[in-house]
Amino acid sequence: MALTREQMAQRVARELEDGFYVNLGIGIPTLVANYIPDGIDVMLQSENGLLGMGRFPTEEELDPDMINAGKQTVTARPGAAIFSSAESFAMIRGGHVDLTVLGAFEVDQHGNIASWMIPGKLIKGMGGAMDLVAGAENIICTMTHASKHGESKLLEKCELPLTGAGCINRVLTDLAYLEIKDGAFILKERAPGVSVEEIKEKTAGKLIVPDHVPEMRFD
Amino acid sequence: MAGFDKRVSSYEEAMEGIEDGMTVLAGGFGLCGIPENLIGEIKRRGVKDLTVVSNNCGVDGFGLGLLLEKRQVSRIYASYVGENALFEQQMLDEEIEVVLTPQGTLAEKMRAGGAGIPAFYTATGYGTPIGEGKEVREFNGRHYILEEAITGDFAIVKGWKADRYGNVMYRHTAQNFNPLAATAGRITVVEVEEIVEPGEMDPSQIHTPGIYVDRIIQGDFEKRIEKRTVRS
Repeated sequence: MALTREQMAQRVARELEDGFYVNLGIGIPTLVANYIPDGIDVMLQSENGLLGMGRFPTEEELDPDMINAGKQTVTARPGAAIFSSAESFAMIRGGHVDLTVLGAFEVDQHGNIASWMIPGKLIKGMGGAMDLVAGAENIICTMTHASKHGESKLLEKCELPLTGAGCINRVLTDLAYLEIKDGAFILKERAPGVSVEEIKEKTAGKLIVPDHVPEMRFD
Repeated sequence: MAGFDKRVSSYEEAMEGIEDGMTVLAGGFGLCGIPENLIGEIKRRGVKDLTVVSNNCGVDGFGLGLLLEKRQVSRIYASYVGENALFEQQMLDEEIEVVLTPQGTLAEKMRAGGAGIPAFYTATGYGTPIGEGKEVREFNGRHYILEEAITGDFAIVKGWKADRYGNVMYRHTAQNFNPLAATAGRITVVEVEEIVEPGEMDPSQIHTPGIYVDRIIQGDFEKRIEKRTVRS
């Protein structure tokens, strides 16, 4: 079975380490915040200028001056800091964020990512995504492995306009967890009940399959 | 307005001198921390052919969306322009030129503009359509593109508190692009919720020192919430 969005978030959350500063993108990455393992403390960075994003507010706490990068009302947790957009992107571009998780339309075997524009369709803009992928050493891309029509999104070369070049090193899809290294996808784990054959079939880029590919486990 | 007293008594006075074809830098992220009354005054004046520099462009019927409705904007620098149906239509009809700019690059363009730095190198956008046609240089084995600073004829800023010297504090995440825009306007106008006596704000807590600010006005704010999200 392919992973649900919740399971994808759960799997990504296992990559969190105590003391990490983490930027979570919109969509599945946002759900990762619900699965931070016990005993691990992370600070969530929101690119509009908040380090230490807390829970959603109660009606009483609701404040139009407190939002996250998705424009949702939020709170600041104890230990949080608030600052300008230039400061926010200084920490992003300066490589101070330990882990960035974001979605994509396509990634390729060279670590290129396309996530902001589909020519001929409406263009809404890249927001902070180009800064995030250029600034981070450690990025996990979350996406479905193939389109609804079965076309692979893990390619030899991205077809859509890029968000960043050679910057992605890990991908979690609904079928597999992969690393990108030396011009190839390396299959590290597969979703429960998903065969290596199916992953091979749905990966258009170069795929290296080790002798043993463990199955992910969920409680 | 006299000497260090930067207070003005009306929004009309606050935007005195704005003309067709000018460049206006605006603070705000989404609808958070936007100079809503200064935008309203620009709408009232009906100046046209403006270039607007702002992370977003409001929503239909609020914020910078008001200036789009009146066809007052011909070019916009922004990082994200979703959430605005009218804007999308004007973009598709090529009524408006959109220069999509990565968010960090946009912030740094304003910061550099205010700091007298004409351009800077950044890795953001290298190898993407944003880097096309821009100078590329390699430093320590990595590629960077040259991005030019932005300054404006006017900067319109939303603060929390200010004194008559033009020192400004922002509140929570309503800070965002505001202090950057404030540094890069030839004329910087700040509207605030409260004007306080000099000395009431701790000097070490001031976000925007008064040297950047030309006009201060106290206003009332709707502070519309774009995505109201609460926990039960």
